[in-house]
Order: sequence, then C-alpha cells, then structure tokens
Amino acid sequence: MSTTDQRTLNGQAPPAASPGPAGQDVAPAIQITDVTKTFGKGRGATVALDGVSLSVAPGEFVCLIGASGCGKSTLLSLVAGLEAPTSGTVSTGGRPVAFMFQEPALFPWFTAAQNVGLPLRANGVGRRERHQRVQELLESVHLGGFADKRPHELSGGMRQRVALARALAQDAEVLLMDEPFGALDAMTRDLLHELLEGIWRRQGFSVLFVTHEVREAVRLGDRVVLLSSRPGRVLQEFGIDAARPRGIDSGQTVERAMQIKARLNEEVMRHVG
Amino acid sequence: MSADTEEAAALTGLDNLENVPRDGGRSTGEIGGRVWRALWPKVLAVAIVLGVWELVYLLNVKPHDILPGPGQVFPDLWHQLTHGQLWQAIGTTLRRAVIGFALALVIGSLVGLVVARVPPVRAAVGSMITGLQTIPSVVWIPFAIILFGNNTPAILFMVIITAAPSIANGLIAGVDFTPPLLLRAGKSMGLRRFALYRDLIMPAALPPFVAGLKQGWAFAWHGLFAGELLVIVPNSPSIGVLLSSDQDQTDMVGVISIMIVILVLGVAVDIAFNMLNESIRRRRGLAQPPAIGRGWRLGTGAAR
Repeated sequence: MSTTDQRTLNGQAPPAASPGPAGQDVAPAIQITDVTKTFGKGRGATVALDGVSLSVAPGEFVCLIGASGCGKSTLLSLVAGLEAPTSGTVSTGGRPVAFMFQEPALFPWFTAAQNVGLPLRANGVGRRERHQRVQELLESVHLGGFADKRPHELSGGMRQRVALARALAQDAEVLLMDEPFGALDAMTRDLLHELLEGIWRRQGFSVLFVTHEVREAVRLGDRVVLLSSRPGRVLQEFGIDAARPRGIDSGQTVERAMQIKARLNEEVMRHVG
Repeated sequence: MSADTEEAAALTGLDNLENVPRDGGRSTGEIGGRVWRALWPKVLAVAIVLGVWELVYLLNVKPHDILPGPGQVFPDLWHQLTHGQLWQAIGTTLRRAVIGFALALVIGSLVGLVVARVPPVRAAVGSMITGLQTIPSVVWIPFAIILFGNNTPAILFMVIITAAPSIANGLIAGVDFTPPLLLRAGKSMGLRRFALYRDLIMPAALPPFVAGLKQGWAFAWHGLFAGELLVIVPNSPSIGVLLSSDQDQTDMVGVISIMIVILVLGVAVDIAFNMLNESIRRRRGLAQPPAIGRGWRLGTGAAR
C-alpha cells in the first residue's frame, strides 16, 4: 500500500479523461474512459451515465456514492462486463473481476461450501484442492463450522459472508461490490467492514464499492467518488487519508462524511425545481 | 492481530445469537400424536363416504345388483386380491405406466429444453405444446390403434402423448423462472454452458419441473386407462381388461372393486409426488419442518 499518499493527493481533482492519478506509474486496475450508457432508444431513452471517467489503481479501495438514479450499479455492471457501454471504454486490463451484490445471491440448492466452491469448480479446480480452498475461505470469513449449512439456515450477515467468500474464491484482482452490506443491521455491518478491510489489506486486490451511505464510504474508501444524478457524471472526488482501521462513528469519519454529504445535498436540491 | 480475533469473536457471538434451533424438541411420544392428528381427518372422510354409500344402498335407489353396497364390494375386492388375476393385472398396468412415463420424461424433457433455449423453435412450437394438452386423451385412440394396432405400443403411445406435453411445459416454465439475480451471479463467477445448466438453470427449474411431472402423471393415468379400455391386447390381463370384462358381464361389484384399486394407486402416486415436492421445498428453505401427512392438514398440526 505504498502508493496511498500519491492517490490521496489527487483526491479533490476533477477526473481527467487521461488515465489515472498523476505520478502513478502502474497501469490502473480499472480504467473507465468517457463512458456513456443509455437505456432505451429515441425519445424514451434514459441516459444513465454521461461521460464518466474514473480509474482505480491496483490495491486501491474506491467508494462510489450518489443519490438514486446516478447509475452507480450500472457502472459496476459495465466493469463486470455484464453490460456494454453505449460509448466509451471500460477496461480492467484483463484482470479477473468478482462481483458481490446487495443480496447474497447464493444458490439455495447448495450448501455454503458448495456455493463457495462454485467458481473454483467452474475453473476446473480439482475436488481435493477445492475442498481445502473452500474450507480456508470459509474460515477467512469466520464460518468454518457452517460448511454444510444451506443458505436458508444462515442469518443475513452470515449469508453475505458466504457471498464474500465466494467472491474471494474467484481469486479476482478486482472486487466489485454493489451495496453489499445495505440490508444488514448496523452492528453486523460494522463487523463486516472490519472483516472486509482485513482481507483487502492482506490480499491487496482493488475494490470498487457502491453505497449510498456516506459514512460507510468514508469508513472504507481510499477515495470517495461522488456521482451526480440523471445523468450520472463524476461530480467530485474526495481523498480519505485517515489511518486505518477507521471507526464508522469516529470524529474524523463523521466530519469528512458531513462535507461529502453537504455536496451530495446540493446535488439533490438541484433536482428539486 | 488482536483486533482481528476480537472481530471474529464478535461475529461468532452474533452468529450464535441469530441461530436459534428451529424445531423445538421432537420426542418420540409426540410422533404418535402427530400421526393421529394427520390421520383422523382422512379416516373420518373415508368413513363419511362409506356411510353415504351404504345409506344410498339401503334406500334401494337402484336394484342391489346394479348398485351394490360396501358390504358386497369389499369382500369381492379382498377375494380378488387373494385369489384372482388382480395382482398380475396391476403389474401389467403399472409396468406400462412406468415405461410409458419414463419415455414421456425423456421425450418431454428433450423437447422442453430445446423449446426453452432456442427462440425460433419456441416461436414455432411453443404454443402447440399447450394445444396438445387440450386434446382429450380418448381422441388419440383411433390414431394409436391405426398406427400401432391392438398392441402394447399403442397403449404406451397413449401414455407418452398425454404426459409429454405437461413435462415439456414444466421444464420450459422452470427454465424461464431462473431468478435473474442468480443468473447474473452465475455469469459473473464464470459459469458457462454445461456448468451453467448443471449448477444453476436445472436446479432452479426443478420445482416447476416436478409440478409438470405431477400434472403429466395425471394426464398419463387418463391416457393409460383410455388405452387399456379401448385397445384390446390379447392374452394380457391388465386393470383395463378386468374392468371391461366386468362391464361385459354387468358385474357392478367387480367394476367398483377395480375402480377402488385405481383410486388407491392414483392417490399413492400423488402422495409420492407431494413428498418429493416437499423435500425439495424443505431443502431450499421454502417450507416449515414437516408435519406428517402434509397437504391434508386441517390446521391442527401446524402450530407445535
């Protein structure tokens, strides 16, 4: 994580169409260049994203926030390759991408272990190695004892941890998270922030994390990117340089969140008239 | 790393809080009670039917040889079960049912899969499959006899042609109802082609598919007896043959006995399908832990 300082220096600068923060010599893990995404055609068309440029460095944790309708989730789908941009380019430079949704999206007919093993099986990992990897992954999310439980036998937080383990099983260098903790109670969510942060710091993948909770974004992100609504554009970026691990209720976090929220409110009020 | 272990401990604590055992102690003594609670409504219903039948019999609505009472029918049924060809006939009929249904399963599944996944095929024959279902089973009889003659294949054909459309439709519905979120998740984690079917689309399709099987079985049961009553296969006693020979002899006692056999077989298969359905639902967390004799419950057994 030696590049943290360089990244945060660039925090407040509006995004340039040219790739990456200044002074960075590694190729970005995610490079989004001038992306526009339109749904529908003709008069009824909606512009979800309009000229969005954003880059995420290897090992960087970037949070995307914005009011409803700002195209946050669309942007993730584009990076994951689940949808194609109308214009512009999205690249992860061939890095494998894993996706985690707001719902755990576990397969109800499989056990926790089988769910976590799915990406491994899809990649042709042999049975014995798979078994061992799955057990390690479940232990990394503190669910070592729940391998044989089915999703419906687990609580919401536990399911989301299984989903995290499944995403980690993909050995991806880019982890896309779409409000992954949005449906959890505050206490479980705080613990999952710690868990995720710990794993991220150990493994060093890049994260693009969508949330509508400003404090969550400040708690987790190296950088918080604020999107405008309808159409979605990058409004402003905020570097977060507080030391980790940060408390979600710490003075520093709350204060930074207030600044960002003020900017977000301006944007929402712009749509009142 | 102490922060890490603290977080682990806190998570474990939360997990333990949230995972209360679901089914409160189920003692063996309780099972007897459960069986009784599940059983008595059925016993009562059968008793009422028999009572009404006996009453009609005693009122002499029709002559006793035209409309016999339970007192004549059940001894006759017992006699047939212990002496006559009934078991052999049941064997023949069930063998046809099983073979025909198995073929319908293969054909229906293949057709369903192709229709579900190949849009032009769906546009071409999708609605025809439902159309096939609306044809009454006896309508196929002349077709079957001309095509296969008075022979077992004609009866198997009746089973297949009546069951396969429902099975195909069940599979199509199942494939259509794969949750889009799971499809997204599956694709994002690299499930392709065969693995996508094996791990996602087929398991997701299973409940509607089983519903289709159940409906297909009901149609097959119709088609089978239409076939056995009208396609006369020489030297092959089946339930249908026994039934039509009883008709020829105006033996109402025999007719009702055989009808009871058909009813019991039908109910038994239905129960088997319900158990299959329930076990799928339970594995996926869609059902409460089972009370014995589900489906017929009168609300008594629901709350522990």
